[in-house]
Amino acid sequence: MTNVLEKLTLYWQYPFVRYALAVGVLISLCSSLLGVTLVLKRFSFIGDGLSHVAFGAMAIASVLHLTNDMPLVMLITVLSAIALLCTGQNARIKGDAAIAMISVGALAIGYLLMNLFTTSSNLSGDVCSTLFGSTSILTLTNAEVWLCTVMSVIVVAAFVFFYHKVFAVTFDESFAAATGVKTKVYNFIIAVIIAVIIVLAMNLVGSLLISALVIFPALSAMRVFKSFRSVTICSAVFSIFCSLLGILISILAGTPVGSTIVAADIVMFFLFSAAGALFRGARG
Amino acid sequence: MALITCRNLCLGYDGREILHDLSFEVNKGDYLCIVGENGSGKSTLMRTILGLQHPLSGQILTGDGLRRGEIGYLPQQTPVQKDFPASVWEVVLSGFEGSCGWRPFYTKAEKRRAEENIRAMGIEQLSGRCYRELSGGQQQRVLLARALCATSKLLFLDEPVSGLDPKVTAEMYDLIENLNHEQGITIIMISHDIGAALRYASHVLHIGDSVFFGTREAYRSSGIGTAYAGGGRAQ
Repeated sequence: MTNVLEKLTLYWQYPFVRYALAVGVLISLCSSLLGVTLVLKRFSFIGDGLSHVAFGAMAIASVLHLTNDMPLVMLITVLSAIALLCTGQNARIKGDAAIAMISVGALAIGYLLMNLFTTSSNLSGDVCSTLFGSTSILTLTNAEVWLCTVMSVIVVAAFVFFYHKVFAVTFDESFAAATGVKTKVYNFIIAVIIAVIIVLAMNLVGSLLISALVIFPALSAMRVFKSFRSVTICSAVFSIFCSLLGILISILAGTPVGSTIVAADIVMFFLFSAAGALFRGARG
Repeated sequence: MALITCRNLCLGYDGREILHDLSFEVNKGDYLCIVGENGSGKSTLMRTILGLQHPLSGQILTGDGLRRGEIGYLPQQTPVQKDFPASVWEVVLSGFEGSCGWRPFYTKAEKRRAEENIRAMGIEQLSGRCYRELSGGQQQRVLLARALCATSKLLFLDEPVSGLDPKVTAEMYDLIENLNHEQGITIIMISHDIGAALRYASHVLHIGDSVFFGTREAYRSSGIGTAYAGGGRAQ
């Protein structure tokens, strides 16, 4: 135990470890907030879909030799999120099918572009690290940490400001629209926030594992808690806890960061499910 | 002027017309029942009046000081709600969202009114409970309390008793009649239950192959009412 503590104290002195922890906490907080909304709207896979779009956009950026690919990636992802979430219930291609289409399409085009135009000798390594995040959270620069901090603060502030509206629009869109809530505007805002979160989260866990950050906290919290407010708060705490745990374990054990975080999420999910079943059993 | 006037409405979707040249009006204090076969366009009509979809042609006018945001609505339940983690209190309070505009939080006055509406529906003991764990009848009461938060003038009910057992159905009808008589709230209700329509409603709108609009008595003695309700002497 003292060994572990010593090791942690040693690592704590490195700025990249502190950066990784700070960014990990911020991103897991942001991605957990809208999890409930997404799961209930049957958009659980939007994290995957949009992250593949972001991957495709990164491929385009690298083909164009852009040094800072963030603005382009953000723009394309936001547009896709709006296309997915704002078409509403009358769309010809609905929820899961639309996500699958965009997701697979962007992944294929991205890989194709990288294959055709890349100058790197280690293509599969590049693709793998983009998809799985590998160690990119440990190589964050000071500027990236600040960008991530500012965006997270904006996302959290927007969520708190629109909290009741998100609830109304998710719980019953027809009622909300009929009683004068501007559901289109709020769906639009939700879509933009989600896209921003996903582009941010790609740094942490890579594009393949983003869905885990979105759905595990929400699903786990829903096993135990009964009101929207308690589920939201619980999933935020859950998400932060699992990310911290995952990052610490991965530093100590030398495992990949993204997968370790998701493994922590899975373990906690089963603990919460058991707790939920126990509560129900005790009551009924 | 009437609360709601529909003039020469043509309704449908994807360019397909399902209702042609429909005209009727709803006055303050009315209890209008919309009846007709499945697929005749009852829900489409209600969604159009609520502004959730556009009519193909024709006009919908609101009058008597009724504004768009002052309509309460009890929609049919959606699959999302079956596993939504929400307390009764949160659901009822969300009825005020339409009048909030950009304001992010509910006021004290709104919270007080939400409490009153919860009491009026007789569900105050359920206030902290989880919505998805309630029985069908309790859920309808919660949604009715929410609708009352959105309006004190006009309520739209889309098959409010579907899936409820006879006892709970009767209680639901009593609640609605009470809102109409005691609080003077105008009711527009879609119903499959022609017996209830003829017992509680003041007016009937029958849509389908043939269209009828008029008072309950006129409907009873009309040909279409006789054919549809077996002479309307069900009650």
